[in-house]
Amino acid sequence: MAVVSTRNLTKVFKEGELGAVNNVNLETREGEFLVFLGPSGSGKTTLLRMIAGLETPTAGEILIGGKVVNDLTPRERRIAMVFQSYALYPHLTVYKNIAFPLKAQNVPKDQHKQKVEWASSLLGIGDLLQRKPRELSGGERQRVALARAIVREPSVFLLDEPLSNLDAKLRLSAREELERFHRRVGTTTIYVTHDQVEAMAMGDRIVVLNKGVVRQLGSPKEVYDDPADTFVATFLGSPPMNLIENADVICGFRPEHFRLAEDMKETAKINFQFRVENMEYLGAEYILSGNIVGGKVDGKKVIARLLLGHSFELGKTYDFAVPERHLKFFDVKTEVKVAPRPLTWQ
Amino acid sequence: MAVATGKIKSMGAAKSPLLGFAMFSPAILYIVLVIGLPFVMAVFYAFSDARIGSNELHFVGLENFRSIIQSPSFQKSLQNSIVFTIASQVIVMVCANILAIALEKPFRGRGLVRFLILLPWVAPVSLGTIGWKWILDSIYSVITWVLVWLHLVKPFDTPMWLGEPRLAMTSVVLVHCWRLIPFSTVILLAGRTAIPKEIPEAAAIDGAGFWRTTFQINLPMMKPIIAVALLFGTIFTFTDMTVVYILTAGGPFDSTQTLPSFAFATGITGSDLAAGAAVSVFLVPVLVLIAYLMLRMAHRAEMA
Repeated sequence: MAVVSTRNLTKVFKEGELGAVNNVNLETREGEFLVFLGPSGSGKTTLLRMIAGLETPTAGEILIGGKVVNDLTPRERRIAMVFQSYALYPHLTVYKNIAFPLKAQNVPKDQHKQKVEWASSLLGIGDLLQRKPRELSGGERQRVALARAIVREPSVFLLDEPLSNLDAKLRLSAREELERFHRRVGTTTIYVTHDQVEAMAMGDRIVVLNKGVVRQLGSPKEVYDDPADTFVATFLGSPPMNLIENADVICGFRPEHFRLAEDMKETAKINFQFRVENMEYLGAEYILSGNIVGGKVDGKKVIARLLLGHSFELGKTYDFAVPERHLKFFDVKTEVKVAPRPLTWQ
Repeated sequence: MAVATGKIKSMGAAKSPLLGFAMFSPAILYIVLVIGLPFVMAVFYAFSDARIGSNELHFVGLENFRSIIQSPSFQKSLQNSIVFTIASQVIVMVCANILAIALEKPFRGRGLVRFLILLPWVAPVSLGTIGWKWILDSIYSVITWVLVWLHLVKPFDTPMWLGEPRLAMTSVVLVHCWRLIPFSTVILLAGRTAIPKEIPEAAAIDGAGFWRTTFQINLPMMKPIIAVALLFGTIFTFTDMTVVYILTAGGPFDSTQTLPSFAFATGITGSDLAAGAAVSVFLVPVLVLIAYLMLRMAHRAEMA
């Protein structure tokens, strides 16, 4: 087990262009499940590939277990990686796929069988050992890839969007399985995804990346409840946080905090007139979108998320409110979080 | 159904079936005239006593085959053809794989290097081979000249590149390799680029070095494409006579005579059409067998 850290890690693919990864400073904790979350092109995969040793950093250092590994080959870094496409060796059986890292690292031959059996039973693929990868389903392939990763007991696990090739239903069960698997083996894991639900559900901590820059590093609760800037605020949460410019700040509040005024117990609240323009019924909740009517922010588009129990009509205006403690404040220019301040809305 | 025919009708094909036939008749005509007709004639001649300059033609059964199989020149040619094909294919496969690995990753000037490597294939065979004839000439050979200059051979006891049986065969094989390597390199390069790049990356992370990745991952994954390159290379070599004909014309003492050049020497130069045809027809079952084996190997590798 080991801690991975990066110091001012930078990757520039084309000279003179903006780097894919810029000055990233991170440190995992022992046995932690750390998630790199960001939209496509945010540099999360490049960052992971640099840690794996598949990409050479332009500047900065990578440390694994306290040792600088910049000049070490992937093999010498004692890491394991699961690729988005799983990258199973198509011409080898499942058994040989799992045994390949053992063979490549010159583990004595008499231990292979026992280790492969241990890894495959851990993932419940013991009866697939003689199959070829093309005879397996997506979920089974993913498990083979995990078994191949774990068989040599690496010090760090790197997972590059391992669930994105699975269908929605399978993804949910595979996610649970991964969580259970991590709890059992307890190896430091770095997990790359663009899916915020996956990140929130699985991560001990989340690194939110955009344009190669770390926007925020924190627990799922911290990044959701206390976003560091407007990017994090809108990237996490579905639908995203409502942002309204007022005077010299941007005000933000989550759709689930924008509710009917009459239902609200809080006394410190800000009232809005909300005209419903569109309504989506999602079974357990409504997503209402519409405009604020009157006041300083007249005409602003906002979204509300409400539990069932009320009925709304399109085009009508209702009394809505946001509890004051749920308001977030961001600087207009830098879009970075600033201290709450009193504002006038009317 | 109605929709499907409607679509075809709107394209005009269903209304006149003749159009479709007219469209591919040039291809059929070409194959019939250039390949089909000579092939039928070769089979026909192989069972006759046709000779150049003779108007008479009789059916002689398997007589031509019996006589050529007993001829020492034919046996030597068959043996040479096998040696020529196997030796050149081994060399071509090794070199083409090395080149494909070297040319896969981008580097400065890769486009130029790829172009230069492709040149022997693009240039007319006869011209290239005539160039080699000069390079290997008994008096004007540049290779000899360099060796003398390096004091590796004595000035008046130089190797006769095309004049001694062993050396002649080696020269013919190497010149043929020079010509075939570009073709195989391009095929293998295509095969290498078809391997998803995560697979060698996964191998690197799993701890495999260059040799293990090459021999246990890349080459096995390229099996079908290697089989295709080998099939084409074998057929090109087994049926080709340009290099042999221009460099040595089969000599010295039949030491570089292969089946195609022997067929030409017997049938055209020696004016025994029937015997020449029999030698060519002898190639057919051999090539069919090779093609069948290679295609089966490619199919199996694809399935595996």
